[in-house]
Formats: sequence, C-alpha cells, structure tokens
Amino acid sequence: MSLLEVDKLNVRFATPEGEVAAVNDLSFTLEPGRALGIVGESGSGKSQTAFALMGLLAKNGTATGEVRYLGSNLLALSEAQLNKRRGSEIAMIYQDPMTSLNPYMKVGDQLMEVLRFHKGMDRKAAFAESVRLLDAVKIAEPKKRMGMFPHEFSGGMRQRVVIAMALLCRPKLLIADEPTTALDVTVQAQILKLLQELRRDFQTAVIMITHDLGVVAGVCDDVLVMYAGRTMEYGPAQAIFDSPSHPYTRGLLHAVPRMDHAHGADRLATIPGNPPNLLALPPGCPFAPRCHDRFETCLTPAPLIEFAGSRRRACHRSIAELSENESAPEGVVA
Amino acid sequence: MSAPLLEVKDLHVHFNVGREGLMPWAPARMLKAVNGVSFSLKAGETLGIVGESGCGKSSLARALIGLNPIASGSVKLDGRELAGLPAGEWRSLRAEMQMIFQDPLSSLNPRMTIGEIIAEPLRTLRPETPSAAVKAEVARVMARVGLLPNVINRYPHEFSGGQCQRVGIARALIVRPKLIICDEPVSALDVSIQAQVINLLLDLQQEEGLALIFIAHDLAVVKHISDRVMVMYLGRAMEQAGADTLFATPEHPYTRALLSAVPIPDPMRERTKTIQILEGDLPSPISPPSGCVFRTRCPIAEPRCAEVVPALEPRGTDAGHAVACIRVGLAAAA
Amino acid sequence: MNQSASQLRLTRPLPPLPGLDDNLNLTVKGRSLWADARRRFFHNKAALVSLVLLTVILLLCLFGTSASPFNFEDPDFSSMQTAPDFEAKHWFGTDNLGRDLFVRTLLGGRISLLVGALGAVVAVLIGTLYGATSGYLGGKTDSVMMRTLEILNSFPIMFLVIVLMTFFGRDLWLIFIAIGAVSWLDMARIVRGQTLSLKRKEFVEAAHVAGVSSFGIIIRHIVPNVLGLVAVYATLLVPQMILFESFLSYLGLGVQEPMTSWGALLEAGAKSIEGSPWELAFPAAFLVVTLFCFNFVGDGLRDALDPKDR
Repeated sequence: MSLLEVDKLNVRFATPEGEVAAVNDLSFTLEPGRALGIVGESGSGKSQTAFALMGLLAKNGTATGEVRYLGSNLLALSEAQLNKRRGSEIAMIYQDPMTSLNPYMKVGDQLMEVLRFHKGMDRKAAFAESVRLLDAVKIAEPKKRMGMFPHEFSGGMRQRVVIAMALLCRPKLLIADEPTTALDVTVQAQILKLLQELRRDFQTAVIMITHDLGVVAGVCDDVLVMYAGRTMEYGPAQAIFDSPSHPYTRGLLHAVPRMDHAHGADRLATIPGNPPNLLALPPGCPFAPRCHDRFETCLTPAPLIEFAGSRRRACHRSIAELSENESAPEGVVA
Repeated sequence: MSAPLLEVKDLHVHFNVGREGLMPWAPARMLKAVNGVSFSLKAGETLGIVGESGCGKSSLARALIGLNPIASGSVKLDGRELAGLPAGEWRSLRAEMQMIFQDPLSSLNPRMTIGEIIAEPLRTLRPETPSAAVKAEVARVMARVGLLPNVINRYPHEFSGGQCQRVGIARALIVRPKLIICDEPVSALDVSIQAQVINLLLDLQQEEGLALIFIAHDLAVVKHISDRVMVMYLGRAMEQAGADTLFATPEHPYTRALLSAVPIPDPMRERTKTIQILEGDLPSPISPPSGCVFRTRCPIAEPRCAEVVPALEPRGTDAGHAVACIRVGLAAAA
Repeated sequence: MNQSASQLRLTRPLPPLPGLDDNLNLTVKGRSLWADARRRFFHNKAALVSLVLLTVILLLCLFGTSASPFNFEDPDFSSMQTAPDFEAKHWFGTDNLGRDLFVRTLLGGRISLLVGALGAVVAVLIGTLYGATSGYLGGKTDSVMMRTLEILNSFPIMFLVIVLMTFFGRDLWLIFIAIGAVSWLDMARIVRGQTLSLKRKEFVEAAHVAGVSSFGIIIRHIVPNVLGLVAVYATLLVPQMILFESFLSYLGLGVQEPMTSWGALLEAGAKSIEGSPWELAFPAAFLVVTLFCFNFVGDGLRDALDPKDR
C-alpha cells in the first residue's frame, strides 16, 4: 500500500473579495521512503497543500477530496484522531526557524513534550531520547543544549532542533515547507545533507516544498510543478530536469541563473508577466497569460494527461510542438 | 586608465552595542560590522558583493550611502571624500548615488501613490523643476522599467513584489545617478520575476552607463550580473576577482566552500558533486577571532593564522584577483 | 546586442490571444487602505451601532433643546423637583431649583462633548508632532524630550487646576487649558513608539537616500503612517477627557453655575438620589452610553486599521 495517496484534493478559501481556489484537483502518490518535491512560486498553492494534509488550514479554508494515509482519509478524521497522527506519524517543519520554537520554553522541554504526549514516556526516558536525537542532528554538547533557550541557538541550529523534534517519534512522513529558504547557503548545504542522512537512517518519506530548483534536484526523487493551484507537470526528477515537458517548467529552468553556466550568457530567458492573481484567473489554463506557446485552445482548461509511464503534464500543446516554439533567451538573434 | 568612480580604503563601520560591565566608565562593546574593507569601482562597472549573514555587506552598503556612520577609513566618490562629511553636504551627493532595497513592499510608503513615490527624489533634489517636467520624467522612467502609465495613481499594496521593485528602480533612476547600490534587490522575489528584474538592471546599466554595487547572497545571481565580485566574511574581504575568475578558480577556502554549497538545478550534477561543509558556527562580530576571522572554520587553518591578519594580496594569473589568506597556493584542490 | 532604448522590452511579445486580457492583474479594481478599513469597520456591528448612537446623542445635544419650551436656568415654580412629567413637558423632570432637566442634560452634554473633542484635538496636534519628532530624531534630543514629558506627566494636575482656579476664577477656558495640558502626553508616547518602529522601515531609508530633510520625512512619511493609530487612541481619549471634566465638576471645580455639564449634574443628582433619583439617572445614562459608544468605536477602529495592512 502506498504511504500517502492524495486524490483530487481541493482547497478553497472564503475571503471578503470572493472565493479563492488555492489548490485544484491535486493528485499524487507517495511510497514509503521516497522524496517528492513540490515546486512553485507565490500563488501556486504548495504551502496550502501541506497545511491541508496536516489539517492546519485557516478557519476560512475548506479541503475536499481524499488524502489517504495508510488507507485512512485524513480529511475525514476528527481533531483528536488527527492529533494522534500529527507529530508521531506525520511531522512538519517550517520555513522560519525563528518562529518555529517557543521562545519561552527551554529547547529540552519542547522536545520532551512531544515524546510525553505521543509516546507517554516519563521524564527520564524522554530526556535520554531527546539527547539522542539532538546528537543525531549533529548538535554539539546535546545534554547542555537541552537546558538552553531558542534564542541562544543560531538559525541553522534552530532548524536542526526543529528537525530533531519532527523526527522524535520516527514519523513515516515528513513535510518540509521551505526548510532552508531562510538559511545561508553553507548552512543550507549542511541541513540538506543532514536530511538525506536521516532519511536513509529512519526511512522517512519526505515532501519537500520549495521554490528552489537546485534543492529539489539534490533531494527529491519525484517532482510536482504547481502553478495557480494546479498541477502543471509531474514526474521523476531527472526526467523533468532533462526534458521538461511544460512551458512553465521550461521557463523556470531557463530563468534561473546557474553556477554551471558561463558568465556572459547575456540575458536570462524570462517568463513575462506577473504571478497569478487567484481572485481573477483567466478561463482555461492559468499559465496562458504568460505562455509563449499559447493558442486558442488554451482558453479551455488543460487536462492532466499521463505519458512516458509515470509522467504527467497539463498542456494543450504536444511536446513536439513545444520544442519548435522554445523561447529563446533575450538578445539572441533567432 | 580613468580614475575609479568609487574608491574605498580600509573602511570600518562599528556599532555601539552596550558596555562590557555595568559601570558607566566600562569600555563600550563595539560590533565590528565592517572591519577594514577596500575596493574600487569604475564607472559603468558592476561589483558584486557576496557573503552570508553577519558578513557586513548590508552595513557596508548603508555606510557608502550615508545611512550608517563611518567609523574610520576613506570613501571617495569621484574624488570627493565621503567619510566624515557633514550632514548638510550629503544632499549634493544624493543625485549621484542611489539605492534599491531588498523588500519591495516595505521600501515604498504605503500611503503614497507610486507616482508620488517615484517623483520624490526629483522634487527633493531639484525643487526648481516645474511640475510638468516632473510628470514627464516620471512617465519616462516608468516606461523605462516596464510599468504601464495608467497605474500611476495606484498604491503599493495593489502591486505584486516584482512590480513594486520596478517602482523602486524607477525611483532610483529618476535623478540619473552614476552609481546605484542594490541591496539584495531580487531576494524577496519569485524566481520568474527575479529574471525579469535582473535583465532590467542589465539593460539599464548598459543604456545609462550606470555603475552598480550588487549585494546578494545568491551566488548564481551575482555571477550573472557582476563584472567583479568581492567575497566577505565577518566584516572582512576574503577574496576579490573578476566574476569569471572567481567562479572558475576560487582560491580562498571560504569562497570554495561557498561555491560548492550552491545547489545546481541538475539532479545528476547536484548529487555527485562534493560539498565542502563548513563545520561550526559563525563567530560573534563583537569579538571576532584574532588574526584571520575565518580560521575557526577553515579546513586548512594553522597556528599562524591566529597571529596574522591576512591582507588582500594579488594571486593567481589574473591581475585583478586578490586573496586574503596566508596559505593560499597550499589549499587542498577543490 | 544593440537594442535602441525605445524598443526596450523585457521579453519577446507573447502571441496574441483574443479573449485573454494580458493585463489581467492590473485591471483588477484598486482599493486604498482607507476604503479597506472603512469596509471592515462597517462590518463591526457594535462599532456601527455605537457610531449611530453617538450621532444621535450629538444631534440631540446640539439641537434637542429647541424641542422644549424651557431653558436651562429659569426655574419653573410650578414644578420644583418633580418627577418626569409628559404633560408638563418636563420629560426628564426638574431639579431642586425647578430647572428643566431635559434641557440641562442636553446642554451639559454640549459642554462635556466639547471638552472631550477639544482634549482629543489638542492631543492629536501636539502629541503627534511631539512624539514623531522625538522618536525620529532620537539620541539626545529624544532623551530630553522624553524626560520633559515624564516631568510634565508626574506633575499633579489637580494642583495645577486648583492654582489656576485660584488665580483666574472658574472660567470655562481654564478647564480647557487644564485638559489640554494633560491630554497630549500619552498620545506623544504612543506616537513615539510607533515612530521608532517606522524609522527602521526601508521606505524611510529610501526617503533619506532621496535627500528628504528630517522635517520632510516626519511630515510626509512618519505622520501619515501613524494616523491610523492616532485615530484609534484619539477616539479612546475622548471618554477619558469627559470623565476628567466630570471629575472636576464633581469636586466643584468645573463649570460655574448656572452652566452645567454631565459631571456637575451628577454631583447635584447624587445629593438627592433618595428623593429624586431622576436627577441622577438621566445625566448618568447619557454619560455612560456616550462613554461606552466611544470605546466601542475606538475598538472598532483599532480592528479595522489592523497592522496587517500598514
């Protein structure tokens, strides 16, 4: 049985300006131990997907569809039932290490709280286990650190503590929402390496939500590309990077300045236009206002179609047509 | 050889953060944000300054433009000394040096229309300009940065991040400065919008002959836009070189670690590359390590590194390549 | 790489697609921050009802006296200290001197509301400028200005009032001076606090870089962004001022007879509470309702002007 099966997940928010469809008909499967990267920019719906999976949507948000975790639909569970799973089987780590930890509680107390709630451990056992996890995330002098407060840790160390806290109960699934975006690049490298090792040791499946394609390339087995709440493309990471099949994915890959490109590649190929306004989406494909390959059919929604085995794309144009119309970097004489 | 537009020699920027003890006569504790940095910039050239948090790049930028006081050292803009300049004389310089900020939305006054925001520097620095001319100039720069003329009476919160950043760029351009300091101008933007803004800056630089100081933590972006790059760590410059040289043949151990940590959006290369992980944490800028500030985390540090503060010395084949390390040449191959 | 400036574009033009507005994001109807706040305010039922009530009370106090045949000082010897009597047109009854309470209550309201409004206006004008200047300039200037404020704050205001009264007699304007002297202090502190956090914002730095003078920054950048907070606290200040005036009047230091205010009416009414409770009830009701309403409106304003949108 798959670890996680998301089936036509929809997330809607009731706002004073109207109803916002943050996530539309999202479906994917996650096997135990695998890593899925959800890539998107602002308005893509990637963070709201994570919140919906954890049952942490804001009050004005509703999630419909099915999210089957080891067979049971998370969306249909009560708060109490969800609480049993949250933290122990499904854990989440967030972007901002400054606000993920309670500044008034010692780090040790926060770690032990998780163990005592979910595993019913006593203080001594919880302390020992917490120290063991702090050591696993490579925090020096873990016993001493247990008695310190979050503000005494650096950003990178705080994120490690958060990861330790998430892994205390050996969850089967870890959702990481932009875990390294707020960190320096050298610290990011440390944290990502750590995550890989822990994944291997604890056999945890990971959903990595990010906008950084480099991070996805290093960590994820499969990639889901989202735009304006919809899936644009889905498939194995290597395939998507080698041969992106959607104009948005291609645009993103061309728009990112890369360390391995020679300097003097004069202009970046840009995706024109602005991020989507979820209150005023165009009819049909939401990417059409910014797409170089658009034509009349794009005024109707593009269905998500399977191809090449496990890959999926939502585009009216066939892949062959895309190669012809590939957007050239600005300034290059065609 | 024309004289450089901007010449910085041994710049120090210190902040007073309290006292060693409780008594009023106890020595003041100084945070040495910039601890002896020198560089020069020619007209029309782009200098990229990279470093992680705490390296002092933002403090440096703000000192150059007069927002932070200069503790010691010399800053000459077109031969005119800025260090120790009385407040009243800064005004005449403002039209030559402008700044673009990191957070697009909070760099704009939420209660002013973008037309007013863009016009403000012109109205302040050239008050004799008739309002018809001001209007014309505002329209000119708005077209230059790609803003439609009909949005002139809108408020900042009605725009996306990328559009707000364009407003910021228009505001900096309107007085036709010689130098624009860009403090992380694309860090807060979506990937697809980053590319647009980077291209815009490159175009403007070419057309107007602007010199740019481009501060960022994203090395790939810096590589793309800069002619020369300076790497900073804990208030000191570690390495300076032409962009190609620096990224192709980095000499300083910190630069090597930094470059190896940047994720590459290509699963094959990303997973097979060797990252030089920097152990330990950033030392406190209030009491930086003696000698070379990087020695506490340096893979090739030796006892002598604690005694000598390495100066930026020319190294390698490229004339402009300078490294601050006494062991360079003996560094382990990347 | 030659591109003339007039052809500057950020990318190749997109293929045209009729039926799709490329400038979709820009044609969405704009809204200013004040309009947003207004809409949120009107959704707050308590605040809306309070605003309506306040308007009613204000109109009554200003114009209601013309509905009564009596005036505020002439005694009606046929009805001395009588209960409310609709036929005799003493809707609120009369006091111990036979004066109609309806007219006196409304007139007293005029004074009380005027005092409240004046206090708020003085607080806003002086307090905002003082606080913004002190907060923005910082350093020694800020220290001096704040210490001065604290000294003024610790000055016993009642002492000042009594001294003024002794020298100048019980003039209505003295009350206003006393109120003014007190009311701007808290506002200055609040504005200073807000200024300190605004000072660090990038748009203030940008104004600095654009060469705007300190005064210009305070007027154009700081003050407009504290106005929201100022509006909230001014609204909550009005009831404080009314209460202060009532307090003064209750001690016999307020308006001089035969002029009256709600506080003075309370003082008189409290004396005869056993015999003629209506003398206390009506002014008290007006005072309490007014105070409640101002507080609800102030709270509503604070919710409507939530920092999220600043």
